[in-house]
Amino acid sequence: MDTVTLLNVLVAGLLTGCVYGLSALGLSVIFGVIRIVNFAHGEILVVGMFMALVLFRWIGLDPLLSIPVVAAVLFAFGYLLQASVIQRVAHLPEHMQFLLLAAIAIAMVSGCLIVFGPDAQNVQLDYALDSFAVGGLIIDKTRAYAAVAAVALAAALLAFFRFSGTGRAIRACADNYLGAQVVGLNVSRLYAFTFGIGSACIGAAGCIILLLVDVHPYLAPGYTLLAFVVVIIGGMGSLFGALLGGILIGVAEALAAEMIQPSLKSAFSFALLILVLLFRPQGLLGKAGR
Amino acid sequence: MIDRLFGDLTRAGLAALAAFVLLLLVLPGFATGYILSVTTIILYLAFVGQAWNLMLGFAGLLSIGHALFMGIGAYASAYLFARHGLPPIVGLIVGGGLAVAVGAAISALAFRFAIGGVYFALLTIAFAEFTRIMVDHARFLGGTEGLFLPVSAESRQGFDLFHLRGRPEMFYYVIMLLCLGAHALCRWLLTSRAGYYWRAVRDNPQAAEALGVNIFRYRMYAVMVSSGMAATAGVFYAFFYNNLFPEQIFSVERSIEMTLAPIVGGVGTLFGPIFGAFVLTPLGEVLTWAIEWLQHEEIIGKQVKVDGVKLLFWGIAVAAIVLLQPRGLWPWACKRLGLIRAPEDREEGR
Repeated sequence: MDTVTLLNVLVAGLLTGCVYGLSALGLSVIFGVIRIVNFAHGEILVVGMFMALVLFRWIGLDPLLSIPVVAAVLFAFGYLLQASVIQRVAHLPEHMQFLLLAAIAIAMVSGCLIVFGPDAQNVQLDYALDSFAVGGLIIDKTRAYAAVAAVALAAALLAFFRFSGTGRAIRACADNYLGAQVVGLNVSRLYAFTFGIGSACIGAAGCIILLLVDVHPYLAPGYTLLAFVVVIIGGMGSLFGALLGGILIGVAEALAAEMIQPSLKSAFSFALLILVLLFRPQGLLGKAGR
Repeated sequence: MIDRLFGDLTRAGLAALAAFVLLLLVLPGFATGYILSVTTIILYLAFVGQAWNLMLGFAGLLSIGHALFMGIGAYASAYLFARHGLPPIVGLIVGGGLAVAVGAAISALAFRFAIGGVYFALLTIAFAEFTRIMVDHARFLGGTEGLFLPVSAESRQGFDLFHLRGRPEMFYYVIMLLCLGAHALCRWLLTSRAGYYWRAVRDNPQAAEALGVNIFRYRMYAVMVSSGMAATAGVFYAFFYNNLFPEQIFSVERSIEMTLAPIVGGVGTLFGPIFGAFVLTPLGEVLTWAIEWLQHEEIIGKQVKVDGVKLLFWGIAVAAIVLLQPRGLWPWACKRLGLIRAPEDREEGR
């Protein structure tokens, strides 16, 4: 393989990886703060994709422009889900939480199946086949826009957690649950807020992914697993880690697809995941001590 | 011996158990083919559920990739039978051995590095998914096109236990015996040294280790017993359904399916997996009827997918059980019916 092809593959992987990273951020935020492994991650993402699809078919809204709407609706969904359902299982063992979220996930996929049917659907954008040429590099416009949107949103989210009052309060809950209660933070409301932020983030990622992938209900479990892989490789609860993991997986999959066989690409992510779990279970950027 | 194994049951409980076993024994005498096949599936789910329950309920290890072990058993026995004509007992030995070895390898790697809780669960998914993709590309196992076991019309009428080719009744009795055997095995294990060690490790690993329990070794034993049982279920699955596709066998949905009966019935209980399977599978069947009836009466449109509606209600039902009876339905039913003696100090029978 010559250098230009290699560079093209690397850039495409890098750009896709940014979108993976944004989606994984949603999972990481929820796990990092609430300590819940969100097994309905892929399902929320697919619901976001379908919402963007409906907005496109209905009023011709570009999926990137539908992000605020989709994110707002999914924020409300995540907020209510945490406040009304998940909060009640916080004291139960992990496997019960897992089963509850898996059941919610099954209900969501079947809801999509009933409403939209099992066939793959996509949006036809007028720039879908265009590309930028930079030197010898050819970059798809959709992929470039998707990556830019993903990075911008991820930056906004990081800034929110770093600088805003609510963001700092949420980080306080994650660092020291008891301490946060002692200083008078409304922890259960902040948890609901966090689940909302996480869901909104996943929904935004769904809108962006719709540019790259045709949507159908059965995509969901695959995206859940992909987000797990990304988050564990990057480090559970580390926001930068999720972005880094996303980019690593994006590049690794692109390289494996190009050099070995496209259908084997996820085997590489799982192999990478197994290696990380065995030798650095806290992830590349995660804090030690579980 | 009887008292050691069944001491947790009240008189009513023993009578109920005897009546249940008797009913299972005579069921093929009067049941329709449909009831028999549904009961076969229920017993299969109870059996794999018991295998999974042994790991989480007794030793405190959450696996969400149990389809891996079941799939190894299924593929090994199907491959040996379809391609080399070897009977399922050889497949059971090879597939079971392989599954136990894989289980031992995964747990050795995981527990050596002290990987626990959610991380161990995710590791099991990762291995199952990795295997799925590898089997997708394994030509000798049929890849994505699937692996099929030879069946003929006359073999469906026979009673060839050695080759597991025969009438539905034969499969029913095979899985019934496996299910009862698994139940007896779990009862025996719980009253053995390993059973007490497992529960000590489950409830408080540090304290167990301080008392001299080798937690690494006993956790590994739990995974090995559980994976061997799951592989046995896989052999049955392969010969019952006669076709294997990696997408179906190794999928996450399959792993989740295996966890449902014990979680709904009650994790860590001996009857939970059986009870859960007898609640969930009929619930699914009733839902299918109800939807077909509603479509027939034109209350809901014909274009609505039965599968989608069924799974939607099913998801809601499971979520409701988790929220309302988080310890499972079996302990709740027992309390109501008085089948178990003093559950507080005899927790193995809960």
